[in-house]
Amino acid sequence: MTGSSAEMQLRIRYTKLGKIRFTSQRDVARLWERALRRSRLPVAWSKGFSPRPLLSFGLALPTGAESLGEYLDIELDSWDSPGREVAHDAIGILDPVTSAALSTFLSSLLPDGLSVQAVAPVPAGSGSLQHEVSSCTWELEVAGVTEVQVARQIDAVLRSSNVPVRRVRKGRMLEDDIRPAIRSLTLGADCGRDHRGTEGTVALSATVATKPRGVRPGELLEGLEADLVLVRARRTHQWIEHGDARWEPLSEAGELPGETGLHAQERAS
Amino acid sequence: MSPAPGTVDPLPESRAYNPGNMESLWPVIEPLLANVSKPARYIGGEMGARRPEHDGFQVAWLLVYPDTYEIGLPNQGLQILYEILNDRNDSLAERAYAPWIDMEQAMRENGVPLFSIENNFPASAFNVIAFNLSAELVYTNVLNLLDLGGVPLRSSDRAVSDPIVMAGGHCTYNPEPLAEFIDAFVIGDGEEVVGEINAVISSWLHSNSGDRDRRILREALAQIDGVYVPALYGSRYDGQRFMGTVPVGNAPPEVIKRTVADLGQWPLPRQQLVPLTEVVHDRLNVEVFRGCTRGCRFCQAGMITRPVRERPAQQIRDMVRDGLQRTGYDEVALTSLSTADLSGIESTVRDIIDDPTNGGRVSVSLPSLRVDAFTVATAAEIQKVRRTGLTFAPEGGTWRMRRVINKLIREEDLYGAVDAAFGQGWRRVKLYFLVGLPTERDEDILGIVELGRRCVEIGQRYHRSVTIVASVGGFVPKPHTPFQWCAQDSMEELQRKVALLRAASREVRGLTVRWHDPAATTVEGIVSRGDRRIGAVIEQVWRAGGTFQEWSEQFRLDLWLNAMESEGLSIDELVHRERGPEEALPWDHISAGLHRDFLWDDWQQALEGSGVADCRWTPCYDCGACTDQGIEHIVASSLPPAGGSQGTGQDLSSASKVPVRFTSAPDQASTFAV
Ligand code: SF4
Repeated sequence: MTGSSAEMQLRIRYTKLGKIRFTSQRDVARLWERALRRSRLPVAWSKGFSPRPLLSFGLALPTGAESLGEYLDIELDSWDSPGREVAHDAIGILDPVTSAALSTFLSSLLPDGLSVQAVAPVPAGSGSLQHEVSSCTWELEVAGVTEVQVARQIDAVLRSSNVPVRRVRKGRMLEDDIRPAIRSLTLGADCGRDHRGTEGTVALSATVATKPRGVRPGELLEGLEADLVLVRARRTHQWIEHGDARWEPLSEAGELPGETGLHAQERAS
Repeated sequence: MSPAPGTVDPLPESRAYNPGNMESLWPVIEPLLANVSKPARYIGGEMGARRPEHDGFQVAWLLVYPDTYEIGLPNQGLQILYEILNDRNDSLAERAYAPWIDMEQAMRENGVPLFSIENNFPASAFNVIAFNLSAELVYTNVLNLLDLGGVPLRSSDRAVSDPIVMAGGHCTYNPEPLAEFIDAFVIGDGEEVVGEINAVISSWLHSNSGDRDRRILREALAQIDGVYVPALYGSRYDGQRFMGTVPVGNAPPEVIKRTVADLGQWPLPRQQLVPLTEVVHDRLNVEVFRGCTRGCRFCQAGMITRPVRERPAQQIRDMVRDGLQRTGYDEVALTSLSTADLSGIESTVRDIIDDPTNGGRVSVSLPSLRVDAFTVATAAEIQKVRRTGLTFAPEGGTWRMRRVINKLIREEDLYGAVDAAFGQGWRRVKLYFLVGLPTERDEDILGIVELGRRCVEIGQRYHRSVTIVASVGGFVPKPHTPFQWCAQDSMEELQRKVALLRAASREVRGLTVRWHDPAATTVEGIVSRGDRRIGAVIEQVWRAGGTFQEWSEQFRLDLWLNAMESEGLSIDELVHRERGPEEALPWDHISAGLHRDFLWDDWQQALEGSGVADCRWTPCYDCGACTDQGIEHIVASSLPPAGGSQGTGQDLSSASKVPVRFTSAPDQASTFAV
């Protein structure tokens, strides 16, 4: 990040589940700002006429969608700032124990549905979340169709070379081909998490590129060309990719990309 | 088997939704949220929100703000009652706001009634539905929400098992337009009376079913001071002319407002609600005093909330510090009708900014600035973190006009304030004005442009490009003010004045004029001074689809004009006609504590163009607010702000007649005989 005198950068991983999924990305940013003020962590502020705390969120999550892994990078000032005792106690030495304590502490300052899973200091010079994350995985629950129909549509999408969807941009209707962005599309929930699907729905899982722009769950379903209703959309992963390897920006266990530990790294499918 | 006390009886089958089992409606609400705008307004979850358990013994209140969540959530009056009712052990309270049009449609299509945002219970499952009325144009929403809640619209149509419908807020000082729809109105401060009301309702709900008759409840409520039960009164008319309202049942001939004598006893809200999503005034709000005695003649809020009751300075500091720590807000607004007049305001704000526990990044906003350079310097100091806009309210374009309305701001004061603002780095200053004021001439309108032009010139001494925004509202005469007798300008006249203003301001670069739609001003006039017959008009407008009339994109003049015509009511009679001293007014049986003679004399003085000083620092005029109610001003300082009362520098040496109680600063107080 530019133009700051911040001394340290923290990466936070959190979930957004339940009723709070109806808040917007801006709402969540405000909730974080207030929680961090209450935390007394020495968050660095931008300079200028209208200073803001230096927080940077990754990929925007559409209003209404849940997530198992959202990320936030925070720049911190020197320990001489007000509240340093708390900060020093909590992150003076960020071993796994204090990281867990800090996660619990931050969760207690956030409303129901936002819950911190891991915190870790990011090495100076790391790229921004916005810049680094290049794909993400969605788990979608749809209604109004049978599993067989969904399977057939998935097959059709994967076999075609072009999946046009329409979207409105600056008041004009555009047609976009989302096929190049689809990395994988499968029937069934994506991983073995203890998530019971909503009754009467069909689950599917999709990994899509987030560049040059993110494909929204609604667009994916439009590409399926079935008459279905999206009941629930949940982002399960965001990925930083290098070659054919990929990492989460911060694993639930608190590991950063490139750190040792094979479970933080997966072979891209 | 008779139902447990305090619970609602089974509802008639005709009702769209049967809440008998009191289950959360969330499963039917949730699917609707995917397709509506700003769904976060329907999920609640605020910090400070309660989730009361309905045990069937406590009186269950649904507090409703009849506008959107974003507008209603910050309402402090509603939040105060929410805490009081939830802290008592014989009551509980939840909240509801008006669903926006897309959500309302989705709810109606799917048979989802108005619901509370805490437990998602249907409105009809509550014993009391209480509306906060802050503006007249929301009245059609009140009817819409009752209908959406499955509650019969008219008080007379409600059965024993239906909720009791109440209303409070500033608009209840003329309750008549909603008289047929509301079972009981609360006039004045609600802190004390809400408990008395709850006790009456509780014992009624617990009474034998034979005594559980709405007529009995009405009469019991009408015995409480400050509670107005319209069904116990009748109005008379002579053709178009309103002739008076008198009791037809066991009720007092006049209902006098309730006043909390000491704000220091009510340090509420303790747990201001912090929403998950963006709302207006999204900051900590601490009410620093209630009441205002500046005596601006157009201002209903100032007239009906007398006398001035300051919160003790230490309590203000505590509420600010605790509130900031609890909420994480970085901005606090010190609210009142005129915060710059708070005794010791500079030291209070400096303490807030300097308090290390506040983290050093707190800005304080003073929603209403006094027009002087001194105030601006304070504003500059306290808004180091984030500068909000600066707004001054001269209200009138010429000194003559400002004497008529008793807004005694001299041009030098305004120019001094604006000079200080631009000198402190602001580049944009907003000025509030009213047009359509009594005795107004075209030169007063052009005076607005002249003031704006001079302010732009002052700004250009400091910055190359500056903006003065003149925000111009149409004047609506309000009940319980000296202007309650005056004729409101016609829509055409207001339009002519706005056109005059626009034409003249076009010549001035750097001056932007914004104005309020004269059509909406006219409708506000119909409702503000309306009598009971306006209820049918409101109902017609609502039935024709006219909700959210406060919102310019939803406002429909044609619906109001049609409804007035089909009810055979004349807008000229009601809105554009000056009243005589003997004429009955629809709110005569409601008292804000002000003597009618005082208001009439003040009206006559207005016509002569003579102003009056602020009775906080100068002799009492015996308006009635203190003298008749056995209460008095509570102010910490006997000294008026620099420049004297209202900037007129009056001689204050004869202050001994003011009923003032000093809460601190004893050495100053000792120089005055109280
Ligand atoms: S009674 Fe006297 S002191 Fe009290 S508000 Fe009225 S004029 Fe002012």
